[in-house]
Amino acid sequence: MISAPDVVAFTKEDEYEEEPYNEPALPEEYSVPLFPYASQGANPWSKLSGAKFSRDFILISEFSEQVGPQPLLTIPNDAKVFGTFDLNYFSLRIMSVDYQASFVGHPPGSAYPKLNFVEDSKVVLGDSKEGAFAYVHHLTLYDLEARGFVRPFCMAYISADQHKIMQQFQELSAEFSKASECLKMGNRKAFAGELEKKLKDLDYTRTVLHTETEIQKKANDKGFYTSQAIEKANELANVEKSIIEHQDLLRQIRSYPRQKMKIPALHPGDTEHTQDQAAQVSTTSNPEESANADLYTCRPAYTPKLIKAKSTKCFDKKLKTLEELCDTEYFTQTLAQLSHIEHMFRGDLCYLLTSQIDRALRKQQHITNFLFEDFMEVDDRMEKQENVPSRPSQDRLPSRPVEECPIPKVLISVGSYKSSVESVLIKMEQELGDEEYKEVAAAESSNFDPQENLDYLDMDMKGSISSGESIEVLGTEKSSSVLSKSDSQASLTVPLSPHVVRSKAVSHRTISEDSIEVLSTCPSEALIPDDFKASYPSAINEEEPYADSEGAIHFEASVCPPELGETQEGSLENTPSQIDSSCSIGKASEGQLVPLPTPADTLSDEDGVVSIPPQSSRQKDQGFHVDVEMENTDPSPRDNSCEMFPAYELDPSCLLASRDVSKTSLDNYSDTASYMSSVASTSSDRTLSAHSAGLSSERHKKRAGQNALKFIRQYPFAHPAIYSLLSGRTLVVLGEDETIVRKLVTALSIFVPSYGYYAKPVKHWISSPLHIMDFQKWKLIGLQRVASPASMGTLHTLSRYSRYTSILDLDSKTLRCPLYRGTLVPRLADHRTQIKRGSTYYLHVQSMLTQLCSKAFLYTFCHHLHLPAHSEETQEAVASRQASFLKLNLGLVNEDIRVVQYLAELLKLHYMQESPETTQPLLRFDYVPSFLYKI
Amino acid sequence: MLRWLIGGGREPQGLGEKAALQTIGEDQSQNPYTELLVLSAHRDIVRFLVQLDDNRFASAGDDGIIVVWNAQTGEKLLDLRGHSQKITAITAFPPLDSCEQGHQLILTASADRTVGVWDCDTGRQIQSVSCFQSTVKCLTVLQGLDVWLSGGNDLGVWNRKLDLLCKTNHLSDTGISALVEIPRNCVVAAVGKELIIFRLVAPTEGLLEWDIIEVKRLLDHQDSILSLVNINDTSFVTGSHVGELIIWDALDWTVQACERSFWNPSPQPDAQQEIKLCQKQNDISINHFTCDEENIFVAVGRGLYVYNLQLKRVIACQKTAHDSTILHIVRLPNRQLISCSEDGSVRIWEVREKQQLPAEPVPTGFFNMWGFGRVNKQASQPVKKQQENGTTCSLELIGDLIGHSSSVEMFLYFEDHGLVTCSADHLIILWKNGERESGLRSIKLFQKLEEDGDLHPAV
Repeated sequence: MISAPDVVAFTKEDEYEEEPYNEPALPEEYSVPLFPYASQGANPWSKLSGAKFSRDFILISEFSEQVGPQPLLTIPNDAKVFGTFDLNYFSLRIMSVDYQASFVGHPPGSAYPKLNFVEDSKVVLGDSKEGAFAYVHHLTLYDLEARGFVRPFCMAYISADQHKIMQQFQELSAEFSKASECLKMGNRKAFAGELEKKLKDLDYTRTVLHTETEIQKKANDKGFYTSQAIEKANELANVEKSIIEHQDLLRQIRSYPRQKMKIPALHPGDTEHTQDQAAQVSTTSNPEESANADLYTCRPAYTPKLIKAKSTKCFDKKLKTLEELCDTEYFTQTLAQLSHIEHMFRGDLCYLLTSQIDRALRKQQHITNFLFEDFMEVDDRMEKQENVPSRPSQDRLPSRPVEECPIPKVLISVGSYKSSVESVLIKMEQELGDEEYKEVAAAESSNFDPQENLDYLDMDMKGSISSGESIEVLGTEKSSSVLSKSDSQASLTVPLSPHVVRSKAVSHRTISEDSIEVLSTCPSEALIPDDFKASYPSAINEEEPYADSEGAIHFEASVCPPELGETQEGSLENTPSQIDSSCSIGKASEGQLVPLPTPADTLSDEDGVVSIPPQSSRQKDQGFHVDVEMENTDPSPRDNSCEMFPAYELDPSCLLASRDVSKTSLDNYSDTASYMSSVASTSSDRTLSAHSAGLSSERHKKRAGQNALKFIRQYPFAHPAIYSLLSGRTLVVLGEDETIVRKLVTALSIFVPSYGYYAKPVKHWISSPLHIMDFQKWKLIGLQRVASPASMGTLHTLSRYSRYTSILDLDSKTLRCPLYRGTLVPRLADHRTQIKRGSTYYLHVQSMLTQLCSKAFLYTFCHHLHLPAHSEETQEAVASRQASFLKLNLGLVNEDIRVVQYLAELLKLHYMQESPETTQPLLRFDYVPSFLYKI
Repeated sequence: MLRWLIGGGREPQGLGEKAALQTIGEDQSQNPYTELLVLSAHRDIVRFLVQLDDNRFASAGDDGIIVVWNAQTGEKLLDLRGHSQKITAITAFPPLDSCEQGHQLILTASADRTVGVWDCDTGRQIQSVSCFQSTVKCLTVLQGLDVWLSGGNDLGVWNRKLDLLCKTNHLSDTGISALVEIPRNCVVAAVGKELIIFRLVAPTEGLLEWDIIEVKRLLDHQDSILSLVNINDTSFVTGSHVGELIIWDALDWTVQACERSFWNPSPQPDAQQEIKLCQKQNDISINHFTCDEENIFVAVGRGLYVYNLQLKRVIACQKTAHDSTILHIVRLPNRQLISCSEDGSVRIWEVREKQQLPAEPVPTGFFNMWGFGRVNKQASQPVKKQQENGTTCSLELIGDLIGHSSSVEMFLYFEDHGLVTCSADHLIILWKNGERESGLRSIKLFQKLEEDGDLHPAV
């Protein structure tokens, strides 16, 4: 929307750098770091190294106690992706840097084996020989049959681009943590089930042995024990011991520290159960009590069998597969999450950063962005909260576990975790649990010597890693015990642009001594390789960007809410060029007077569901102070069951998601029927395929943009048609050919303002006569023209309701709609535009519409425009004030005013609605004459 | 109904009719209704709307459900279910002024031969009476006596507690079609062609029981009486199926004025038009009245007539005001008249007094619609009824509301919220003044901002 990938690589030319003060600088938040090797003349799009795989992928490996490190599966599961890349070799690499010294087994001084609830470790490592860099996420799963009951696994995100891994570490870590938690939770469930079976076996064995012993006792009343009897007694004792051990294990697994999950609300009832069970140590021998046990025991009746008390270490036995180790539902969800990750991080780093910035900026406009943004993207955050896998599934059952998926551990204070390589200094961890990290952060940033630390890092690496010189451990999660003040450590991932962050931090200290310092830049340089750093002189020189940041502050503070009216008006008049940004600025400044939200606030904002926005955006937020809580963001605005907008019909992503199966549906992606069928045919993998949504939406945009361009070039009356859409007058696209109509409707839908986050009010194809309700619901309708007499009704209705509609007749190439004489649409849809590519045009439209939204925002929220200044003021005076504001301050002419007024109405309705379902859409219309346009 | 959907064969005729119908273009600058909200809760024809208070109204219809709505937001407040058949009459029963905690009640009569009393604050059915011999077709509340009357084949008098106080003998098989209260504890009931005056006798010291006595029968109408409305304290008006309009004195029940020629063909008949008029009795039946101090507004078939009480003549008319029979008209305080019709449209008229321009010679005859039937007459020209003294009034079409796809049965006007229409297409539409609504929303928006503390952020 705001930043176009087409141009992003050129945002900072060299000559631009030389004279940065001559022209208003692009705000740092909008720019993306330069390609580090640009100075060496390297083509940024050439492959960085001789990587043997074509694109990024996710690898899951296990360190098998039988065969050593082995790759288990890749996502995507396609041999083409990793090509000739040696998975076995790489598995060996990544598994050999598992830092977890999780002690499992009999700890000294403990009678029973003890389970450790080990935190995952996150490591970045590179293999320069292979040209592969990886984010590696180690985790352990429990397996009753495994040595020490644990099986080490790891999930690795493998990319040829080192910087991608480094800069996206926080995001990767957050996303992988979700997957890992899901997997581990499923594993605990499976493990508990396994333990129960084992206990039943043991119990049964004990009974049998006991009976046998009794019989023997009775049989021989000689008064001494036969060796057989002694043997039996020993065995019985063993069984007893084993039972106690297993009961203890079961208790441990069940008492898995819930507080770590931090979302007890998602486990209603579950928590109590667990506590109950923790209290009543092991109840499984009592069938009645076990019956009312919680989910761990809810499984088909199990027939116990006779087993040997001593478990034998059998290497010939086949170990459980990953799938068997985990509850099926959870396993599927994990795979879905991994697949989601793969889609999320697809593409160039530059592109990822751009879209993150884009998202962050859009998030700031949370009051207006429902109007034109792809609701799917707007929903991105919600999507993450709800864990995307659940999204496409219409039946909620399979998605349930996902909601239970605990939040990633990165965000939680790492209490119990001890790294074995504690001396390795890494950052990339943000402990949001702490509230008082300000001074520490500041102190650290001043004391920090990047070079020293880098050396330290290197040295340590050499010392601790012996598995091969081609492996460089670039970073690992820092243990909380490393630093003296570790408990109040706030650190960041590698920032998008380190000096930006730094400058923010500096400026904060300047203006408000007591504001909570949430930004720390200290360790970030540690991860920046020397050559990379070279292009960032400002990252080392702290003072240099100061001037910039001062500007930024002035920028933020320019509009103060108490005098919102005059100031804004004044500033608008003086600097019309700032209008665009005023929308977000206004919000920003409002928020600035509010105490800086603590991280806890940020979390609670989300209604208890913790979302992990990309780190970069979080930085932005804090820099901008945009946590205006004006809008109570409803975490679940999407209503799948919404009668008016069946989710799959309106959600382009759903259908696009299945494009792997039905490529044909790309053009008319919302064909309900084809969606249904494709889903039906691929119900097994629909959860997975849903994750292609992100990518597909790109294609959708491109396609829509292209077709919109075509429409604008082809039809001289495109302007009034687009005006109709923008002003909320339903546009009916009438035609015989369904595909053509659908294509055009899809294209034009980019101009349709939404009512809310749920869906665009667009009906792609309808063949029945229209009804008044349809105009209330839909603002763009594809209508079938039938030659039969039955269509008479359709046409009659159309002419009857003509005052509510504009009619674009594709067959006769006519348009019947009101006159348009504004200046907005010609800029939005210039038929002589130089823009050639669909996606570029789409972005052009989005940025224009964002500008329009800002105007609507200003108009809606300017207090003095809507309320009488004094009690005697007439309605007319208010109206004339509104008109002059629209005309003079917002520079709107003629019909453009109607557009802004309509958008303002939508903003008001959206802002006031409690929940999206309750408010019904209004049909607003004007009594204006229509004209017939012909080619 | 649904004429425009039938299409095909009806088309030429429809066009012919339209030529005579006054139309208005899309440009309706005086039409304030620029926002609509479709309310759908009923599953059958919605026939009745009744206002409960300033913000609420109830709707009822053939599906037997009564729904209480918020007129401002269009929110459905209550769903009153209990009748098994269609609702035949509904009336609001306001709480007694003396009674503090009195609830607003609704009385409903249904074709299942029951009458229900509902509390429209809680949605509870307080009581239901099912001892009727026939379907109750009209309900009237006599506020002064705190009783209500049910009119079916006989007339019953009930108190608030739903005790039957007294009732008349069987009156007729067709039953009472309309019931109106007139002074001196009397009610007038329309039974077929007859008007029957009843007097209610409240219990006094000498008389313990309520009684209802038939006082007089008025037999002046030639055909069944379709409409019966109070004009003021001293007169009421009736209209019959064949277009007779009679104004009665409410005190001595004599005829004050009588007009029988609404349907009378013009002296220069357009043959085709005439035949059609004669074929369709509906076109001359008087369906509804509405009154103000000076005029009675009469819906006659498809036409609208303004009858001046003092001049005792029609001062303005619109012979083809709608495509189809007009079902309901209401006079608004701002000199506007709203009509709704079977053709699915609602039209807003304004009565304008005009100095008559030098005009064509006026033929004699009271209700001369000369020339209006002519197809070549410019449709947009308002029809003027000339009067001898040179002043004339006209009914000017200032807007139409098109939304329903079927006959609009009734509408309600709220001063503050706009217009509510109900229709045979099962829908209710709330028509609002878009500009005012927009202003109200702004005020609400800033109220919410204030409540949330966003307007003046805490420092």
